[in-house]
Amino acid sequence: MSEVHAQTVAYVRDTMIPQEAPPPTEAGAIKWLRENLFSSWLNAILTVVSLYVIYWVVSHVAGWMLFGIWDAGSLSECREVRDATYGEGASVACWAVLTDRWDQLMFGFYPSELYWRPVLALVLFLVAIAPVLYDSLPRKMLWFTAASPFVLFFLLWGGTIWGPLAVAAGFAIGWAVLRFATPVIGDLGGIVAAFVVPILYWFFAVGPIAGALGNAIPIGIEFVPSDDFGGFMLAFVIGIAGIILSLPLGILLALGRQSDLFIINKFSVIFIEVIRGVPLIVWLFTASLLLNYFLPPGTNFDLMLRVIIMVTLFSAAYLAEVVRGGLAALPRGQYEGADSLGLDYWQSMRLIILPQALKISIPGIVSTFIGLFKDTTLVVFIGLLDPIGLSNAIRATTDWNGIYWELFIFIGLCFFVCCYAMSQYSQWLERKLRTDHR
Amino acid sequence: MAEAHTNPVEERQIDRSQMQVSDEVAIEIAGMNKWYGTFHVLRDIDLTVNRGERIVICGPSGSGKSTLIRCINALEEHQKGSITVDGTLLSNDLKNIDRIRSEVGMVFQHFNLFPHLTILENCTLAPIWVRKTPKREAEETAMYFLEKVKIPEQANKYPGQLSGGQQQRVAIARSLCMRPRIMLFDEPTSALDPEMIKEVLDTMIQLAEDGMTMLVVTHEMGFARQVANRVIFMDQGQIVEQNEPEEFFMNPKSDRTKLFLSQILGH
Repeated sequence: MSEVHAQTVAYVRDTMIPQEAPPPTEAGAIKWLRENLFSSWLNAILTVVSLYVIYWVVSHVAGWMLFGIWDAGSLSECREVRDATYGEGASVACWAVLTDRWDQLMFGFYPSELYWRPVLALVLFLVAIAPVLYDSLPRKMLWFTAASPFVLFFLLWGGTIWGPLAVAAGFAIGWAVLRFATPVIGDLGGIVAAFVVPILYWFFAVGPIAGALGNAIPIGIEFVPSDDFGGFMLAFVIGIAGIILSLPLGILLALGRQSDLFIINKFSVIFIEVIRGVPLIVWLFTASLLLNYFLPPGTNFDLMLRVIIMVTLFSAAYLAEVVRGGLAALPRGQYEGADSLGLDYWQSMRLIILPQALKISIPGIVSTFIGLFKDTTLVVFIGLLDPIGLSNAIRATTDWNGIYWELFIFIGLCFFVCCYAMSQYSQWLERKLRTDHR
Repeated sequence: MAEAHTNPVEERQIDRSQMQVSDEVAIEIAGMNKWYGTFHVLRDIDLTVNRGERIVICGPSGSGKSTLIRCINALEEHQKGSITVDGTLLSNDLKNIDRIRSEVGMVFQHFNLFPHLTILENCTLAPIWVRKTPKREAEETAMYFLEKVKIPEQANKYPGQLSGGQQQRVAIARSLCMRPRIMLFDEPTSALDPEMIKEVLDTMIQLAEDGMTMLVVTHEMGFARQVANRVIFMDQGQIVEQNEPEEFFMNPKSDRTKLFLSQILGH
């Protein structure tokens, strides 16, 4: 040992160095400023220029927005108030258009004495969706979630209570067929029957049954036709219905596209490619104009319902591809691990594959949802009065002719808040589901 | 494919009292052939495994040894010949396949634990959903086997938080929770650091001591020598030689086996 030390050829450490704090320039606010804003001369110049640009924009826009006028009945009145308060020609916003036409922007032409119904529907929707979004809430709430589509439909459109109940009964029929017919006619037959019987029931039996019950025991609230729907209420109904219906459909299509079964596989591929390959606006025109040619004469298939179906199919095709990406990203070992334990196809999909694949696909799924929600504004082209359609109508009145910015800023802001909330939720969910501890 | 090595299974006294080969047939493979497209991967495989046997299958990369054991629980489909597991003929009938899979445990090279579930959930999933065991009972079973593989304290962690060796032991416990009658091991130590190989091999030895029927694809020749009652050497999709370990290592008959053994034991 001593020999080695003397010759200093080899080296043996006899004390370990303890951990020390980093130098002050490498910690805290100084470090942050140096690294992010002033890391080189060029970056320092860019920082200063950027600060000036931000100042310039804010100084012009903030005043216009903050000093805006909230109380006026028309654009000319608004200008009078402005001239009186700030002097001739001052540049301030006229938010009064929002207060004046608030009800219309929110509810369209929904009867004003019934505004409580959409508001209650929104509250109930939030209650119904909460246990889906946050799994710390009691699981019993999911029963209400399952019932909510019918409750919400009844609240929004009204009419006899037997309509939604008769439609809901179709699901019970499907379940009963699956439960009791499967032992008799086998698994495959049971599944097919569980799809076919309710569909036949919905097509042929729901109308007469609901009508008969409605005549016998008339319970119901005032009916509001779809034509009266408008504003953000319309955007929300179409957007939310589309989002909720398209996710399961998209997942099924993604699984179908991965399936070994020839017909299911080809059907999924064709469906996805055709729906995705044609612009949404074309599908919306199809829904509003052409669909009537294919339906039996005399059927009056609600336009809003047709739009919801089209929007759902459209985003389901996108979702299918997003989910397929997630499925493809899973190592084959996960499929084999599930198989080797004896789980059947649906068990392994539900318990092993989809939870992981959907987690991977969350960013893509949420992007598709956001896209769908914003695309609801396209319905203006087929004559539905969504917020954009209403803003056009408002600007066409003599009172508010000539106002642009305020309406579009407000509509844009509302959409932004909703979409940003979805994005934030998805990021929270991603963090919560992260178990790999990288 | 990990390179072959003769990692020392520490010479420990193995309790052979439960290691008995019975006359009962566990797996019967007759005239089995498999193709990947036009490539003939497995050729005329005949193999009978009795209950209680511990068989080590070795051979060069691409010799078809993994494919062979993956055929036994239908992770791969064979095109000709028959495989009978515990008296159930492996056919296209999904019910038969699921029954066989729930009776045959499998341990993979890359563990294939489910990363979104805790260790305990990994172990209870199949008993709850396939065997319809009540949750409480499944958890008790899972804890029993986690203790057996010596990691009960990790039960509520996620697989990503465990070392490779621990993950592989969890994978073994997960298979055991289904109370399988046969265990298949597909290169269980090839993805592990040398330090961790021992803990996994120890677990496998323990399993052998309990009398489990085991088919093990591995390059751990120490393990083969100590635990196996039969060693099978495969090359080019065929069984080239099989013998008791003593004879197999000391006195290999075919030239191909001699070459293989000299390559993996030689350095």
